Amino acid sequence: MSELHDHPHEHPHEHPHPTLPDHQEHLSYWQAMEVAVRELLIEKGIVTADEVRRQVEDMDGRNAGMGAKMVARAWLDPAYKQRMFDDGNAAAEEVGLDHGAYKLVVVENTPSVHNVIVCTLCSCYPRWLLGLPPDWYKSRNYRSRVVREPRAVLREFGLDLPDSVTVRVHDSTADMRYLVLPLRPAGTEGWSEAQLAALATRDSMIGVAVADSPQG
Amino acid sequence: MSLPAVPARFKTGDRVQVRRAFPPGHVRTPWYIRGLAGTIQRLCGTYPNPEELAYARSGAPAQPLYRVRFLQREVWPDYSGSPLDTVDIEIYQHWLDPAQEADHERAA
Repeated sequence: MSELHDHPHEHPHEHPHPTLPDHQEHLSYWQAMEVAVRELLIEKGIVTADEVRRQVEDMDGRNAGMGAKMVARAWLDPAYKQRMFDDGNAAAEEVGLDHGAYKLVVVENTPSVHNVIVCTLCSCYPRWLLGLPPDWYKSRNYRSRVVREPRAVLREFGLDLPDSVTVRVHDSTADMRYLVLPLRPAGTEGWSEAQLAALATRDSMIGVAVADSPQG
Repeated sequence: MSLPAVPARFKTGDRVQVRRAFPPGHVRTPWYIRGLAGTIQRLCGTYPNPEELAYARSGAPAQPLYRVRFLQREVWPDYSGSPLDTVDIEIYQHWLDPAQEADHERAA
């Protein structure tokens, strides 16, 4: 039977409709702390509410297109690719990206090596290249299992790797942030940087998938 | 950064052992890797010690930070993937000792 509400509504209901509350019942300690500090900063004129909003808008506006730009350039330009491995931050700057406080390490997938990124301690993630992390990246399930049984986790993501491919898990525990350079998909000879960038998906740069193929 | 730094003790290829210690506080060395031996993959630079930063101190002296590579089959005895599979972890120098040769031979 469908859970959808397709019955007529003239009868008085005895059963309560399930509702999704607009707000959580209680703020957590850190949520309350965030509200208190934000309100104080605004009250004391240190920041304005509009500046806070703008910052949130900026954060929400970041997406994996930034990382994809680096990946596409590396697929086209071997010298750029080498600079990316030597100094990830400088390579990010070359394509006009600000790297913030962290040092970027780019790891390369090859036909015999597949890389996947996790932060087992919290949820470290190159936000300036990939946007906000997906919920699963922050979940205890992913964080505890991908380091313990990476091949099983990758299979759940639809990526079944043969034992001939070495799996390297990178646990992002400190001051580095990681980006996977996926393999360039076959059948993309002569493609432009913008066309290639569209194939470098977020998940392929975390390492739980391969880049899209030209057929889509 | 002007923070005084500890000189780097290890270089790429060195075998190291993670301290098996369980101090309280903000420690960035995952539990699952403590006590295990791995190979220095690269030096990442020196960084303020997060265990100090967490208590609003300066983080001095800054610690060399390494990417250390461990074989999965040595981390998880029942690991079922390829014997070449690895996990690379960033570890600060004060959590690392030179690997014990005896352990090394036993493992070989």
